[in-house]
Amino acid sequence: MNNMENLYRQVIMDHYKHPRNKGLVQDPSYKTVHIKNPTCGDDITVQSKIVDGKVVDVLHDGTGCSICCSSASVMSETLKGKTKAEAMIISENYLNMLSNKKYDKTVDLEEAIVYEGVSKFPARIKCASIAWKAFEGTVEESE
Amino acid sequence: MDLFKLKKDFPVLSDKTLTYLDTAASSLKPKSVIKAMDEYYEKYSVNVHRGVYNISFIATQKYESAREKVSKFINSQFDEIVFTRGASSALNLVASSYGLNNLTAKDEIIVSELEHHSQVLPWQNVSNITKAKLVYVPLNEEGRITIENFKKVLNENTKVVALNYVSNVMGYIAPIKEIISLSHKVGAVVTVDAAQAAPHHNIDVKDIDCDFLSFSGHKMLGPTGIGILYGKKELLQKMPPIEFGGDMNDNVDKFEASWKDTPYKFETGTPPIAEAIGLGAAIDYLENIGLDKISKHEKELKDYTVSKMQQIDGIEIYNPNAETGIISFNIKGVHPHDAITFFDGDNICMRAGHHCAQLVIKWLQVVATLRVSFYLYNTTEDCDKFINSLINAQKFFKEMGF
Repeated sequence: MNNMENLYRQVIMDHYKHPRNKGLVQDPSYKTVHIKNPTCGDDITVQSKIVDGKVVDVLHDGTGCSICCSSASVMSETLKGKTKAEAMIISENYLNMLSNKKYDKTVDLEEAIVYEGVSKFPARIKCASIAWKAFEGTVEESE
Repeated sequence: MDLFKLKKDFPVLSDKTLTYLDTAASSLKPKSVIKAMDEYYEKYSVNVHRGVYNISFIATQKYESAREKVSKFINSQFDEIVFTRGASSALNLVASSYGLNNLTAKDEIIVSELEHHSQVLPWQNVSNITKAKLVYVPLNEEGRITIENFKKVLNENTKVVALNYVSNVMGYIAPIKEIISLSHKVGAVVTVDAAQAAPHHNIDVKDIDCDFLSFSGHKMLGPTGIGILYGKKELLQKMPPIEFGGDMNDNVDKFEASWKDTPYKFETGTPPIAEAIGLGAAIDYLENIGLDKISKHEKELKDYTVSKMQQIDGIEIYNPNAETGIISFNIKGVHPHDAITFFDGDNICMRAGHHCAQLVIKWLQVVATLRVSFYLYNTTEDCDKFINSLINAQKFFKEMGF
């Protein structure tokens, strides 16, 4: 159970209990992407506002397990304030880290690095990916 | 039955650390089933109904003798058994062939929130296309389909009743025989989803008098990729095929063709030959033990487990009174997908999620549930291991601050 304990002990629980940047806005300057995993019921919506190539705001809302909900919160904190290019590099490396693919360890994933442990639980990789994929979707929409 | 000996029949269970509690999703397969399929692949792996040579004749004979076994298993006639890809395909065949060709906007279809998506969605589709009205039996406070509530929605406009025999989430046995008899009085046909019933309970289609009955091979010790549609012969004969191609036709002309008799007009293409043969072996295995014994055993394991679970605070059981080996529950405050990872860590296989039955999950007003389901190869040791893991899981999540 040690792997699991490590996984839950760290940032995950804090962000699960006290999510940052939670709640959506009705504002056309934000791009919105909703992703649902119908097999487990994880359901996350992410909004981002990109101005002059900079991610000025990231919001999220939804329901799901602790890994899913906390990763949405961590994602919003990590990516807010980055340039669009930086955010996409972090996201790409984060998603590669989760799925045990090669990733650039020199890229600072900040708090999101704790989800490295999720890669030991293949069945949960999806949970930790949804919010980040939704963010990438909002960036694509803004282009 | 000698449970110790039974476990030895299932190669997956040779891993002694593994506890398999997810039979409602799919059952494990005994050696005899695997052997029967291997034998097909090794000795006569050729097509059926086509080749005029010896091993094709053997393949055809084995394939058709599996049909014979299935028909005896549920007490039907031989030609009332259609092989499909699974219970979902069988249920869809009824909706697409019977439903789309017989219903109109004046008609009503009765379903329930207790249905698996494979039973309710095909009829939702029929309703959308034909404009026939989709009507839901109100579930009682326990989540059951009752005769009293069924009578509230049954009327002379009812043309189809599409309900489950045993719920895959709640494990309740529906009063299907009485439902069928009431439905026939208003001239409706009844299509029964028996995917969770056929592997565990004796079914006599003549006795319950259902019009259609569907189930899967892989939930009853058989292989994946094969299912059964039983239909009354006079109904099947009147129904058009929904898939067209090789083997199902009789005479083919440029602008029209005629079909073989049932069941063959519904079995186009090369059928699941090895799978049918494997299913035949699964039926032999089940009959050798006896379904009465199997269902009694599962109920005992379920009652034992529920009584232990009820001694633990903070466990929400949604179906404590179910008559079968299915337990749906949650650890209060813990999302089922967080919980399932803990059980997985103890090498206990069980299910978390919607169980392909979102309507009953919504009815329960939960995000998802955990589900344990028992079969003949489970033992009280499995139950104890699960209970122990459940206690540890609850402790763990409490400590983590859930």
